[in-house]
Amino acid sequence: MRVDVPPFKSRAKAALGDAVLKTAIDRTAGNAEKKRAIAVGDFPQFPAARVRGRQIKDHVVANLGHYLVEFEQNAIRSGAKVHWARTSEEASRIVIDICRAAGAKRVTRSKSMLGEEIGLPHALETAGIERVETDLAEHIVQLAGETPSHIVWPAMHKTREQVATLFNAKHAVRPDSDAIPDLVASARRDLRKKFLTADVGISGANFLIADTGAVCTVTNEGNAELTTTPPRVHIVTAGIEKLVPSVDHAFALLRLLVRSATGGDFTQYTTFHCGPKRPDDADGPEEFHIVLVDNGRTRMLGEGLAEMLRCIRCGACMNHCVVYRQIGGHAYGATYPGPMGSVLTPVIDGLAKSHDLPNACTLNGRCAEVCPVEIPLPTLLRGWRDKSWKEGLEPLTVRAGIGIWAYFACHPRLYRPATAISVRWMRLFSKGGRISWMPLAGGWTEYRDFPAPQRSTFISSYRAMRKGSQQ
Amino acid sequence: MNTRSDRPRVGLFATCLVDLARPRVGFAALRLLEEAGCSVEVPLDQTCCGQPAFNSGATAHAADLARQLIGQFESFDYVVVPSGSCAAMIKVHYVEALAGEPKWLARAESLAAKTWELMSFLVDVRGYRPAGLALATTATYHDSCSGLRELGISKQPRELLAAVDGLELRPLVGNDVCCGFGGTFCVKYAAISNAIVGEKAAAVEGTGASLLLGGDLGCLMNTAGKLSRLGSKVRVMHAAEVIAGMGDGPGIGEEG
Repeated sequence: MRVDVPPFKSRAKAALGDAVLKTAIDRTAGNAEKKRAIAVGDFPQFPAARVRGRQIKDHVVANLGHYLVEFEQNAIRSGAKVHWARTSEEASRIVIDICRAAGAKRVTRSKSMLGEEIGLPHALETAGIERVETDLAEHIVQLAGETPSHIVWPAMHKTREQVATLFNAKHAVRPDSDAIPDLVASARRDLRKKFLTADVGISGANFLIADTGAVCTVTNEGNAELTTTPPRVHIVTAGIEKLVPSVDHAFALLRLLVRSATGGDFTQYTTFHCGPKRPDDADGPEEFHIVLVDNGRTRMLGEGLAEMLRCIRCGACMNHCVVYRQIGGHAYGATYPGPMGSVLTPVIDGLAKSHDLPNACTLNGRCAEVCPVEIPLPTLLRGWRDKSWKEGLEPLTVRAGIGIWAYFACHPRLYRPATAISVRWMRLFSKGGRISWMPLAGGWTEYRDFPAPQRSTFISSYRAMRKGSQQ
Repeated sequence: MNTRSDRPRVGLFATCLVDLARPRVGFAALRLLEEAGCSVEVPLDQTCCGQPAFNSGATAHAADLARQLIGQFESFDYVVVPSGSCAAMIKVHYVEALAGEPKWLARAESLAAKTWELMSFLVDVRGYRPAGLALATTATYHDSCSGLRELGISKQPRELLAAVDGLELRPLVGNDVCCGFGGTFCVKYAAISNAIVGEKAAAVEGTGASLLLGGDLGCLMNTAGKLSRLGSKVRVMHAAEVIAGMGDGPGIGEEG
């Protein structure tokens, strides 16, 4: 589905050259980082809530079969139709078939990363169905013909100034000014009519509540409610890891999700969608479909990635990631960017295509430190590196480099003279203690000086010192 | 050599970077451990802990080096390492590298239990505080990620540095944010690494301090290299050098 993209390093380099992108990322992610710190600081039970969040998710993942069956039974009882999709293609096809059966010409969609994962925007276009993105940021991304660059703020990569230019060019009625309230009003004007004339509304799910069969969505704009209520048909697409036993568990996780994502105490809109419109209901869809998507998730259970199924998609890991903060989401070339994305993308796209992602990380651990469900992201990323090495996917230069170095390091009698020679050799390039260029060190010296080593190694100086003191 | 029984036998693992690039850190560690009442030995066949291999996914190579280091160091009462990331490799990750080898796993666990990062060993195990030290300068401290998050090292270096007369320690904005070194990351993804260390260098400059200190030579060489390329006057040293009274010597990347 995804068109061929240039390799990761080229994308990253292009992003690094984009100063406006950096401004946009730092404004939003920087703000999110600060607000999260305050929200977590104001919630003394956060560490305990985190442990409980992890336990809830682990319990569900360990009993996935049980809760899936319970959810399906209760959803059917509420009048919903439940569909199962093994792959992204299957999931998209199910959604398109429902749209076609409903004779849909226009569908509204509220933000769902799962929808992006299964390629729904593309599938709708191919099927000739008009897609209207109703989340403000998704609306921006759609007008610009782009994809989301962050899982919470899809238009993270755009500055307010760029959005103003975009709206001026694309909205039928131009915004009154470039101020944020006028931009929001302009988007509302553009979207409102479409909300009311859509045939199908498609949403994702933040939680699937097993004991009631309800689907929970959270937004700050209310667009999910407008997407799912007026149209005749509501389709939910959700990954199977979104299950929780009951609404209490959903609230336990919401306390973590909102604080970690936006630094708020709670979202503006938290809605539980349960079945289609009943005879006495004032409004609601006539048909309510839930598409449960696997797309590699059950495979993760068997591949040492069960912990990743805890993820509640808060985006804190990317907001706190030094790499994401430099290159933004698009450079990752995948649905999910940042640390969580670099764990998930090899599952979704295959490791051969994406082995750069788990490697393009300093393993500094800040992502795991802020993760509200304690996912050991660096450990999982290293797991992919291990697999990539075993499958021979790493470049020959890296394999040879590490191999030769490890051989010497495993043979101290060869290692000692080799390090002594290296020190002498490196010092040939030193000017006043600094090495600004040295063969085979281009990756370092292109950007930094290499501090010249001292005259001899520690072990040889130590040995000489000891000999001296014994004489 | 002093081998009195109340002096614990400490094996100093200098790390491959200190061995190769900055022996001063090794000698600082030696001096500090002796002052803290230890009998220090330096196994002469030591090389590397295997971290670069482990983090590259070359787990078999890392396991080879882990077994070698365990053999060299397991007879000591303690193993002390002047680096948070190398200490964490031994303390946290050897059991992962050797997970499939039950016999070695037990030896890895036992070595992990007695392995310490230098500054945390001095404070947490030996209750050591330097005395009679003076260095009139302004400094700032970068918390290297592995030491901070895998070993909980944060207060210890600051407590030790607080005992140095005349040393003013200024807060660094983003002191707990990665400098972009990441071992082989800094050469494999050099452009990204450069952008990250560029921000670190700017934050260091922003403190107005004349000296940057830290506990991990890799991060320090990365940041020193960037500061130097940018023409900064900030000098960079391992905190152990200052605590050992060697703070008046050449900084990283200065001819000594």
